[in-house]
Amino acid sequence: MNLASLLTGATQLALVVLGGPLLLGLMRTVRSRLEGRDGPPVSQPWRDIAKLAHKQRTRPNESSWIFPAAPLVLVATAATVAVLAPLATLTPPLSASTDFIAVIFVLLVGSVSLALAALDTGTAFGGMGASRALTIGALVEPALLVAVLALSLPLHSTNLIAIVAEGSAHASVLVGPSHLLALGSFVVVILAESGRLPVDNPSTHLELTMIYEALILEYSGPDLALVTLGESMRLAIWFGLFVNLVAPWGIATHAGALAILLGVLAVALKVALAGVAVALFEVTTAKLRLFRLPELLAGGFILALLGVVTGAVMR
Amino acid sequence: MIGETRDLSSAELVAEATALFADGFRLALVAGFDDERGLRVTYSFLAATNRRFELRVALDARTRRGTSLAGVSFPASRFERELFDLYGVEPAGHPQRRPLVRHAHWPEGYHPMAAGAGPAPALSDDGGYAFIAVEGPGVYEIPVGPVHAGLIEPGHFRFSVVGETILKMKARLWFTHKGIERLVEGKSIDEVLVVAERISGDSAVAHGLAFARGVEDALGIAVDHGVEARRAVALELERLYNHVGDLGALANDVGFGLAQARALTLREQLLRLNERVSGHRLLRGVVTVGGARLLDVPTTFELDEIETRVAELTTMTLAQSIVVDRFTGTGVLSLDAVRELGVVGLAARASGLDLDARRDHPIEGVEVAPTILATGGDVLARYHVRRDEVATSLSTLREAAAGAGAYHLSSASGSGAGLGVVEGWRGPVVHRVEIVEGRVTRLKVVDPSFLNWPALAVALADTIVPDFPLVNKSFNLSYAGNDL
Repeated sequence: MNLASLLTGATQLALVVLGGPLLLGLMRTVRSRLEGRDGPPVSQPWRDIAKLAHKQRTRPNESSWIFPAAPLVLVATAATVAVLAPLATLTPPLSASTDFIAVIFVLLVGSVSLALAALDTGTAFGGMGASRALTIGALVEPALLVAVLALSLPLHSTNLIAIVAEGSAHASVLVGPSHLLALGSFVVVILAESGRLPVDNPSTHLELTMIYEALILEYSGPDLALVTLGESMRLAIWFGLFVNLVAPWGIATHAGALAILLGVLAVALKVALAGVAVALFEVTTAKLRLFRLPELLAGGFILALLGVVTGAVMR
Repeated sequence: MIGETRDLSSAELVAEATALFADGFRLALVAGFDDERGLRVTYSFLAATNRRFELRVALDARTRRGTSLAGVSFPASRFERELFDLYGVEPAGHPQRRPLVRHAHWPEGYHPMAAGAGPAPALSDDGGYAFIAVEGPGVYEIPVGPVHAGLIEPGHFRFSVVGETILKMKARLWFTHKGIERLVEGKSIDEVLVVAERISGDSAVAHGLAFARGVEDALGIAVDHGVEARRAVALELERLYNHVGDLGALANDVGFGLAQARALTLREQLLRLNERVSGHRLLRGVVTVGGARLLDVPTTFELDEIETRVAELTTMTLAQSIVVDRFTGTGVLSLDAVRELGVVGLAARASGLDLDARRDHPIEGVEVAPTILATGGDVLARYHVRRDEVATSLSTLREAAAGAGAYHLSSASGSGAGLGVVEGWRGPVVHRVEIVEGRVTRLKVVDPSFLNWPALAVALADTIVPDFPLVNKSFNLSYAGNDL
């Protein structure tokens, strides 16, 4: 690892930290406009984070060290992935060993820590939210892993950088049926993992219907600021990975300053487009009944499985 | 008119009430009285074609023992619990005389409506409320409220749940008990009208009109047809803005925000129409005793535009398959349950019970709109009833022979007792008014929410926790109107 790769890693981290909340703000603005409302400015999530950082912190009496630790773990795991994943560049630190499955599991540590913290609060809502979130998590993970398997077939490698680089070098990989099916599964996974419609309604005030929001009901002040930041970083990372698997165009292939600058602009633009697309989709859909979610997620799994089968057959 | 009345002894009550139920009557209101004329209870029964019947039972003010009708009528059992909390009347034979109005921080033995109860004493520590604990492997409780996220009135819901399935839901209400019935005692008719319009903010016309009709009934005031036509306009405008709001809110509760945004715009349009027509966005001040005041009437053009936009809204909502899937079969209230629980209004019609005070208690000079019925009793049925009632309200408004104008009775005086029945947007609002020389001595109010709250718990059987807000919204019951 040299200075250049450290700098690229820092650039990616800055991009995700700054851009995550803006992505959230952009999606809310698009939604507001489509509903005929002005809505808050795109920078609103950042303003919220700044406001929360200065507010008093309250913690449940019965909670242990897990409760305050979870937001830190959430942000730390997201930051780790932000440094290592191929978002703006194919030359992040440790690129030879950035395994796709490892990346997924690092992100998973973040979600599990939030679920543990929700249980740690000892409230009915915390337990209910944790139960729902982990149920969905358990249904999402198989789909995700099989999708990774499908994506790794052409290279016989689960190295995330290599997979993205392969797509960047040979556009034919991107339109292969196996690749497309895996990405279809990825869409379902991302909507579920980031708590978007039709899986969860991120803008509801109805506490009994919440999935991911129920996990963080007890957080306040700086803790909530960290949770908000961490969740928006994860959203940006999922979208960043997805757009680079779909269309890795513009990603920096070497560590030059100009190339990385272009890579940053390219991924920011692509992620913004993806955010607008998801917001468009969200406006036109509604939230599925909780017991229907397994059907949706099973659909994602089937897509991934078909991806693997077609990939294996076509070789 | 209060209708035919009959003075009874406690012993005759059950048999007499049973006969009335068999004759198609429903128990609409039970009022307690504790004054110089002694302790007594009146039971107001209503049936179609404007039949009214009142049973009166005088009780011993010392023993304060009455007879329970719980065995023949579920609504009666709740009226009796209310009567015990407020008057200390012990309903002999009541199977479950748990507190209803009374919260645990009320001092023991304090019955605020009893004679000589005096001003409200200091509140003591909350001794809690004994919720029935559901036990078994994997059963857990979710307490929600009384403070909720969002702008919702206070109510506490206790869910006993296995996994996501609701085994039992208990609603604890009366957090907004304001003592309205005591507050209005001795006030002039005009003063009480102001209070009546504020009993439930979303039903200003229904409550104002029910009170006005009660007074007119008590004092024998004849009301001009033109006045009734204007009142009908206000009543339908109230139904419109509430139904449209609910059509959006139901979609919003399943995450279909686009419909909510459209509905809110439409609702705002209706509120502005209300302001132009009445001078008040929530239509307060339209109804007066013996009169009604309209500044303007809606134009056909406005009504047509609203009709088109509501049709667009509901078509768009029901074209979304996820929304229909969420609505269908959710929160089913069977017709049997409706009959047994004495459910009224919109919720009863959505389960197929043909009950509408506009038709059952018609007013001379007001056209009766067709009653909208649905079957199924699920959220979708309640959505459909709202949608179709919007359409009938609009056609009622179009055909209304009302013109702008004001008619106000200069002075209403005299004495008497009267009953006012009005089909508000939720259901029948009933006021029983007693007046002595121009002063209100007793006002008993029954908002349909009081009769319908138990239905929510029944409709939740086999429902999953995340569907509760949707089911709750489909009933959209009033807390303020219930708690009084």
